Amino acid sequence: MLKKPNGATIYPIDNSNPAGSLVIKGGRVIDPANRIDDTLVVAVKDGRIASVSRDVPKEFDKAKVIDAKGRWVVPGLMDMHVHLREPGREDKETIETGTQAAAAGGFTALACMPNTNPVLDEESKIRYVIQRSEGCTSRVFPIGAITKGSEGEELAPMGEMVRVGARAVSDDGKAVAKSNIMRNALNYSKSFNIPVICHCEDMVLSQKGHMNEGVVSTRMGVRGIPAIAEEIGVARDLLLAEYTGARIHIAHVSTAGSVRMIREAKKRGVKVTAETCPHYFTLIDADIGMYDTNKKMNPPLGTANDRQAVIEGLCDGTIDVIASDHAPHVSEEKDVEFDAASFGVAGLETSLGVVLTYLADKNLLMPADVVLKMSCNPNKILGVPGGTLSIGTAADITIVDPKAEWKVESQHFFSKARNTAFEGFPLKGFACCTILDGRVVFERTN
Amino acid sequence: MALSIRHLLGLDGVSREDITQILDTADSFHEVLEREIPVVPTLRGKTVVNLFYESSTRTRISFELAEKRLSASPVNFSVSTSSVSKGESLHDTIKNIEAMKIDMVVVRHGAAGVPYFLTQCTNAVIVNAGDGLHEHPTQALLDMMTIRRKVGRLEGLKVAIVGDIFHSRVARSNAWGMKTMGMKVVLCGPPTLLPQHPESLGVPVTDNLGEALDGADVVMLLRLQLERQSSGTFPSIREYRERFGLDLEKLSTLSKNVLIMHPGPINRGIELASNVADGPHSVILEQVTNGVAVRMAVLYLLGGGENA
Amino acid sequence: MKKVQLIMDSHALDLAITRITHQILERNRDLSRLGIVGMQTRGVYLARRIAKKLNEVEKTSSPKASRLTAGVLDVSFYRDDYRKTHKKPKVQVTDIPFDLNGMNVVLVDDVLFTGRTVRAALDALVDFGRPKTIQLAVIVDRGNRELPIQADYTGTVLKTLPNQAVKLSMQEHDGEDSLWLVEQEKGD
Repeated sequence: MLKKPNGATIYPIDNSNPAGSLVIKGGRVIDPANRIDDTLVVAVKDGRIASVSRDVPKEFDKAKVIDAKGRWVVPGLMDMHVHLREPGREDKETIETGTQAAAAGGFTALACMPNTNPVLDEESKIRYVIQRSEGCTSRVFPIGAITKGSEGEELAPMGEMVRVGARAVSDDGKAVAKSNIMRNALNYSKSFNIPVICHCEDMVLSQKGHMNEGVVSTRMGVRGIPAIAEEIGVARDLLLAEYTGARIHIAHVSTAGSVRMIREAKKRGVKVTAETCPHYFTLIDADIGMYDTNKKMNPPLGTANDRQAVIEGLCDGTIDVIASDHAPHVSEEKDVEFDAASFGVAGLETSLGVVLTYLADKNLLMPADVVLKMSCNPNKILGVPGGTLSIGTAADITIVDPKAEWKVESQHFFSKARNTAFEGFPLKGFACCTILDGRVVFERTN
Repeated sequence: MALSIRHLLGLDGVSREDITQILDTADSFHEVLEREIPVVPTLRGKTVVNLFYESSTRTRISFELAEKRLSASPVNFSVSTSSVSKGESLHDTIKNIEAMKIDMVVVRHGAAGVPYFLTQCTNAVIVNAGDGLHEHPTQALLDMMTIRRKVGRLEGLKVAIVGDIFHSRVARSNAWGMKTMGMKVVLCGPPTLLPQHPESLGVPVTDNLGEALDGADVVMLLRLQLERQSSGTFPSIREYRERFGLDLEKLSTLSKNVLIMHPGPINRGIELASNVADGPHSVILEQVTNGVAVRMAVLYLLGGGENA
Repeated sequence: MKKVQLIMDSHALDLAITRITHQILERNRDLSRLGIVGMQTRGVYLARRIAKKLNEVEKTSSPKASRLTAGVLDVSFYRDDYRKTHKKPKVQVTDIPFDLNGMNVVLVDDVLFTGRTVRAALDALVDFGRPKTIQLAVIVDRGNRELPIQADYTGTVLKTLPNQAVKLSMQEHDGEDSLWLVEQEKGD
């Protein structure tokens, strides 16, 4: 087991020990898929959900008890936008450390982006990730590349990647610049019932920029990335999705214009889902302050107006998912002058805390909405059987303490990454227990 | 009286008192520079590193002269000949230099925020000689010194800064510094070379040259980087010259006491006609002389004390 | 600081300045080779008064002689305590309107104490050129020298205790002419 000074503990999976029976009692069970929001007892046997009822079932009187009084008991959370860095940059993060960070963040599942080295653009590489993730403390669903090497020129073999377990395709990190290639990718994807996850960016407009182009960037003398770089990308991909009838999922939505266009497209019946990240509904460009590279990511932090639009998009359902875009970097790439710093922030271990502090605690999102956006919807979009506490399904459960007060200290992260935008932030709420296949893989009390 | 700031990172947020003190002290150094032996022993024994990541002969020479005239020991560190081209990080470079016991660093770098970054990694006093598109405070100070010496005051004067404002850290430092000193600044250039969010600089911005020059006491021309034409920001040099270049004809519409300034180097015949650059209104060469005096004043006021 | 004893009133001060002027003239007969330089701040007013008196004397003996103008010297850049930030005084004007190569330069200051200010002035002056001689005129020499420096012309000599000082006031700067001995009060 791995224990941090703050008491957070990861229990690696030991398959030689069968998962025993579990009873979780006294907690508020929130399972929107089954329309449940009540104080109930969840019983787990042989790694599956055995029952969800008022009282402890008789056969479970000898089972291990987890006291969830004052806590929420929800279907295991899923982070569908994570960069695991293996293969290629294991110095930044490995599948092992990334899944530990996920478990510590309350996630029983994650989807990993293919922009590794080499890029996950064919069957053998997808298989590699799946094999490496076996026995890890969180499920890993690989996302394959749209084009070979994510170069944006030739389509990657979608069929074979899906056959071995890819749940979506994306060239995330970059946009697919050529519209005809993107059109082909969208059309081709229709045969596989997978979403094409779009990183929307007009890369010519954004080139040489390091932060949002605005009053703040002008004052700081930093070249900016205009909001329209993202919005032009969103407009194009929405129109292509509409034209082809394909299903797209827009990654890391950050601007007011993007939210507006997605809202309108949904009304027209375009098959689009969208995700945003915790930093876009909490921080703005001015928070970069004195060139803090831990606030540098792509798309960049926007204006207060953008932040407000993202919050409204979450509240009215325009944005379906909250994902972290966890992007680990080593200190040599962040502890440099702003222009030279790599884009990206870590997020697995702060995501839930930020959502609870800035949305749930302020009643902007109801607890059931948090579960929808962080569990039900991501699982549904990727077409995997998670996101519910239905009887007979795998017992992937997250127990949340919505009142726990804590401070973000990256030195205690399970992730190798220390590049969090929330260093030192006081947060309220965390996952106090993560259960995967009926086994406790993570526990935390303070 | 020492300054209230420990480093000179920019003029944004620097008080009127501090700017006035630098200008007053620079006047004294101007007198020193006219002596038979234009050297004072004030910074004797202090080591100043000129850390120039961007090549810049005139600014570096100006700083070097200022350092020598103060009896300091300048050391020049220019990137192409150093370990940086072997991939050494900025952090390591400054730590290595500091280990050789230096007191002050004058830094010029292509990335904004580098002078601040250095203040976080070293105890030396940092002077910004230009960071990316952000600030070039000593240039703005020498510009203000030049105007003050010629006109006798700064308050209320109108200054038009004309050219590629978007890429100009000189325009920014002047906008902030001059505004603090009660001057009226107008920035002017083609819309493609103006910042998209002009309100961030706190002064009016226009693409109409006539409007900018109207009532101007000082006109400062900025160097047009000719490579910008190929990046599509203006169609031709001929059009730029016609619409934004200052020639005798446009000069004749200005006040008879108008000062013509330019941070240099000049593209003669483009942003500034030769006969104006060499004419009686031009104070361009005085800017250069004052540059050494201002830099001496900055180094003296920031560096003459015990290290904290 | 509180005033303890009046050493010179305005009349006594004027007599001292006049006597010093005559002593300077006695030693330096050729006024065309004489330069007067006052040290900021009060030395400047003293130097100007001395120059004025020299001009008056000279006018009576040779009406066509050229007028003497006092130069002004600020030694901030030459102080040996310039490294102590808190001691940095405001830099004032330096203006020496004559070429001092080969000249007899008389430095004028109000008080001679440790001698460090005069040492700084000597360094400054040689950066302007090579005077033939440098002579020193002060109103009061209060002893306690830390360097081997002496005045050539002295208004008065006064031994002071460590907690005492002298204060010269001049009409042009302070509104009156006087020289007081002052003492640190308890709590100063």
